[in-house]
Amino acid sequence: MADQILNKELIKPENLVYKKTKILNDNVMHYCPGCGHGTAHRLIAEVIEEMDIQSDVIGIAPVGCSVLMYNYFNIDMQEASHGRAPAVATGVKRLWPDKTVFTYQGDGDLAAIGTAETIHACNRGENITIFFINNGIYGMTGGQMAPTTLEGMKSSTTPYGRNIAMMGNPLKITELVAQLPGTCYVTRQAVHTPSSVRKTKKAIRKALEYQKKNIGTSFIEVVSNCNSGWKMPPVQANEWMEENMFPFFQLGDIKVPEED
Amino acid sequence: MEEYKLMKGNEAIAEAAILAGTDGYFGYPITPQSEVMEYLTMEKPEERTGMVVLQAESEVASINMLYGAAGSGKKVMTSSSSPGISLMQEGISYLAGAELPCLIVNVARGGPGLGTIQPGQADYFQATKGGGHGDYHLIVLAPASVQEMADFVSMAYDLAFKYRNPVMILSDGAIGQMMEKVKFKKQQERMKTQPGWATVGKTPDREPNIITSLDLDPARHERFNIKLQKKYEKIQKEEVLFEEIACDDIDYAFVAYGTSARICQKSIELAREEGIKVGLFRPISLWPFPYKEVGKIADRLKGILSVELSAGQMVEDVRLAVNGKIKVEHYGRMGGMIPTPEEIVLALKKQIIGG
Repeated sequence: MADQILNKELIKPENLVYKKTKILNDNVMHYCPGCGHGTAHRLIAEVIEEMDIQSDVIGIAPVGCSVLMYNYFNIDMQEASHGRAPAVATGVKRLWPDKTVFTYQGDGDLAAIGTAETIHACNRGENITIFFINNGIYGMTGGQMAPTTLEGMKSSTTPYGRNIAMMGNPLKITELVAQLPGTCYVTRQAVHTPSSVRKTKKAIRKALEYQKKNIGTSFIEVVSNCNSGWKMPPVQANEWMEENMFPFFQLGDIKVPEED
Repeated sequence: MEEYKLMKGNEAIAEAAILAGTDGYFGYPITPQSEVMEYLTMEKPEERTGMVVLQAESEVASINMLYGAAGSGKKVMTSSSSPGISLMQEGISYLAGAELPCLIVNVARGGPGLGTIQPGQADYFQATKGGGHGDYHLIVLAPASVQEMADFVSMAYDLAFKYRNPVMILSDGAIGQMMEKVKFKKQQERMKTQPGWATVGKTPDREPNIITSLDLDPARHERFNIKLQKKYEKIQKEEVLFEEIACDDIDYAFVAYGTSARICQKSIELAREEGIKVGLFRPISLWPFPYKEVGKIADRLKGILSVELSAGQMVEDVRLAVNGKIKVEHYGRMGGMIPTPEEIVLALKKQIIGG
């Protein structure tokens, strides 16, 4: 009964306030409920549709939780080996300078095994966009310590908490790439609230627009949760993220192009 | 009149790359092949043909740049030498798994480890048996002259695109560094269109193109592996290349490729002066290896000496081909040492004729 009313309401075009972007297909995503990947995917897809660049976009998927992201996007994509997405993107972009090329990588992929490729792609100022999803943990392999795992944070390989003296410091790679003259736009965002979603979408649009201007690498970090890896219900994971991740990984623009 | 140039093998391969219509080169310096990228940057191929040349931050990066560029349907290559090729093995496995056409040049040196910068042929196993993880093969071509360094570039691209498979030119420091006369083919145009599978941006008329080597469904992934193996069978049937030098009316043969094959040609002359009837069987495609052809020539021989700059790697394939019919022995030098023609004749006499 309630469903019938709802459907009747919904089919009126003036009542349609949201529809799924055509850049995502109907495959069911494998992400855990409450994970930020689905939202980040949707925002990138929406911006691609709104900018009408589907036929010009080539995406590079990482190794990690989003290894299968090409199953959800309605665009041409390549699956890179672990950490090498910025090198793969460089290969595509150098030979297709008019196309829009992006990578989508997690913290292990981008800030541990792929550090060299990340830094050198940014330092060359490759005209690509790097989406960096930072949830402070290796999600895919079962919640091990990541380069971004906070001090004292528990993971399956830091069961007593990350000991800085023994395991080193969490890495702020976003601040690091912002130092490089090759990057034009570096920002850190989130996707856990409606307002953060809106801000992130704006940042994605900006990043892809800067890419069209050929002024260097655009880099967006999205601080996200990993409720299954953190062993918390989704709502609690978001609260924990606000209380613990955000003070260390502070949200906002770190570098913007001079003309802005 | 035909125009010859005097060039190093490394320079010849670089010039041939421009002439073959290569779209992109990604590399990292390493002795003894650094002249490849040096020649390319000096020649300004971006002005000659629009070819892109990029020095990467590592061999790991260059092989992955190759992956991206090959995945978007371009004609691309990299070059390195043994330790650098080892670093690339993960990427090479991914290239084979994603079935991407490309050219990888190994101007090999002695190993293991950092080894030496002098010539070596100890990368035969790595090149022909896999090197990286998983069941895959590269097509491996072994030039024995500066001319072949040049000629094999366009041949490699033809094979790579015909089979959607990475091709390796396995050379060595001697061929890379030595100067010989070389004649080049005419400038080929760069490709105007890309294969249908390439990621060039999804248009409304087709589904998205995905370049990947991942499949988590075991049954489907096994079917893919079977498909790969069928491709390799076809390559083995159709793409074997070899050369027989002075092989009429012989009792013995050297089997050798690359630099070793060049030295063996002189050994043949010396041996014949002593009345020893010996010829040279030179595999040009190391994979697919000419098993059938080596087996056939063995029917009319008393013995074979496999000569390599290694502890004996190709000799295993020669023995498989000969299948116990006649005696097969290995003679080789290592660590960057190169045998003289005389010592090879002596080895033939000791290990095969008198042995």
